[in-house]
Amino acid sequence: MGMTMTQKILAEHAGLEEVQAGQLIEAKLDLVLGNDITTPVAIGVMKDFKSGKVFDKDKIALVMDHFVPNKDIKSAENCKCCREFAKEHELTNYFDVGTMGIEHALLPEQGLTVPGDCIIGADSHTCTYGALGAFSTGVGSTDMAAGMATGKAWFKVPQAIRINLKGKPSRYVSGKDVILHIIGRIGVDGALYQSMEFAGDGVLSMTMDDRFTIANMAIEAGGKNGIFPVDERTEDYVRSHSARKWTAYEADSDAHYEQEITVDLTELKSTVAFPHLPSNTKTIDEITDPVSIDQAVIGSCTNGRISDLRAAAEILQGRKVAKNVRLIIIPATQAIYREAIREGLIEAFIDAGAVVSTPTCGPCLGGYMGILAEGERCISTTNRNFVGRMGHVKSEIYLSSPAVAAASALTGCITDPAAL
Amino acid sequence: MKAKGTVFRYGDNVDTDVIIPARYLAIQDKKELASHCMEDIDTDFVKKVSKGDVMVAGKNFGCGSSREHAPMVILESGISCVIAETFARIFFRNAINIGLPIVECAEASREIGAGDTVEIDFDTGRITDVTTGKEYQARPFPEFMQKIIQSSGLVNYINGEQK
Repeated sequence: MGMTMTQKILAEHAGLEEVQAGQLIEAKLDLVLGNDITTPVAIGVMKDFKSGKVFDKDKIALVMDHFVPNKDIKSAENCKCCREFAKEHELTNYFDVGTMGIEHALLPEQGLTVPGDCIIGADSHTCTYGALGAFSTGVGSTDMAAGMATGKAWFKVPQAIRINLKGKPSRYVSGKDVILHIIGRIGVDGALYQSMEFAGDGVLSMTMDDRFTIANMAIEAGGKNGIFPVDERTEDYVRSHSARKWTAYEADSDAHYEQEITVDLTELKSTVAFPHLPSNTKTIDEITDPVSIDQAVIGSCTNGRISDLRAAAEILQGRKVAKNVRLIIIPATQAIYREAIREGLIEAFIDAGAVVSTPTCGPCLGGYMGILAEGERCISTTNRNFVGRMGHVKSEIYLSSPAVAAASALTGCITDPAAL
Repeated sequence: MKAKGTVFRYGDNVDTDVIIPARYLAIQDKKELASHCMEDIDTDFVKKVSKGDVMVAGKNFGCGSSREHAPMVILESGISCVIAETFARIFFRNAINIGLPIVECAEASREIGAGDTVEIDFDTGRITDVTTGKEYQARPFPEFMQKIIQSSGLVNYINGEQK
């Protein structure tokens, strides 16, 4: 039987001609990733391995991004632990304050992830690199430690869901709306243990940033990974970011999919996920009762890239954030931040009354830099709206695209950018 | 290997943010971390849990972040087994890798009540609700995973392989 893209990459990395869904394999890894929350735990586990050494100092990336610049003494201790480990093992790819960015925006930008790679990361949004046609998936700290020590990981070859994207989306409809729509349709466990294989002519109309956003949230449908075919757009991106050799894999025409769904991009509308699950979605026109907000966050590994900031700036330019709304904008990497300054986006944000922060995961996971009080509501371009995720257990998070978040910051209620 | 204890019951999609909120993730001490286990959905859990107790939940248990702190605090709290209809995949891997026993069984997940006494036989996958007398059969793990579980986690398993 034919194989999906994911299955082909796994077969290659396991040194096998063919793999089948359900098969347990051991695969060679091209990159092992960790951050300042998960790496200290992995370092503790590393000490229990007999070898105690890393398999390849060039194939491990440690990114200090969740609680940096450090929010408290404990997070400073955690970063110190990572810094010393990176120094001791002479890791090439250690990113700290000044060079860091949000990991899943940073690594592709640094050219560390390319098509055909097999990647694990101790962060659930590691699935982001599927946008480039790589197999990448989130794991925990013990798997990360085992990956650092052996350069390998065990996987159960996943079954697949094929998602056919059709047509071109209308203005203000972005990758975020596409993935929220899909999660709303199949549910937060709709792709449990499976790979989400994107296909169809609609892929062409998705920019690389759209694809990163879509693959990033595959985990929010329970998926093992999300993966896009490699096309000219991917090749252009990889050529301008990486000198590494790469391989484009294509799904066989007779590959088996457990389920096929079609998303007509031309019919999609701006979509918002209501508390407390990413699957609890409504299209913008279904929100009939006004939903007032206290805070808006534009950023994160899902939506902190340059096109996200451009979409927000287009709406905020020359306008003012509503009284009693706090708008927090967080470019995902230093390079994105710099580009946003060059294009005048940061000036537009500050003039509108927003604050702009150095790259950090901060508010997305309720770490710092925008924690919510009891009863407060936030519209956010992040990826999860679970109970207490951004602060008080009685606060609420509404997930949206950067355009909807920016429009909502202006009016103080969840707003369709097209209606401004 | 067997486990026996009193049941704490939860619903579908219990996420890692409620198992251990991110505001505590900078803490390294396991006991201190565990003192916040489940607090955003069940403030009584840490007060009432005793060694050997069992968690029963619905679908997609442990969804969300990859934090290994989640199975770690459940194990540290004294929970001897988590029974669910399904587990989110990263949580599933993490639980096996650190040696927290978990079993998937849709029927048991639906029927076992809070406060029941439950016994799990990991060798056979047999789950007995001692309170109601009803028995259930969990889905068995593939042999490879059983080896990791028998080695009490991935580290010992890999160290054993490298002998």
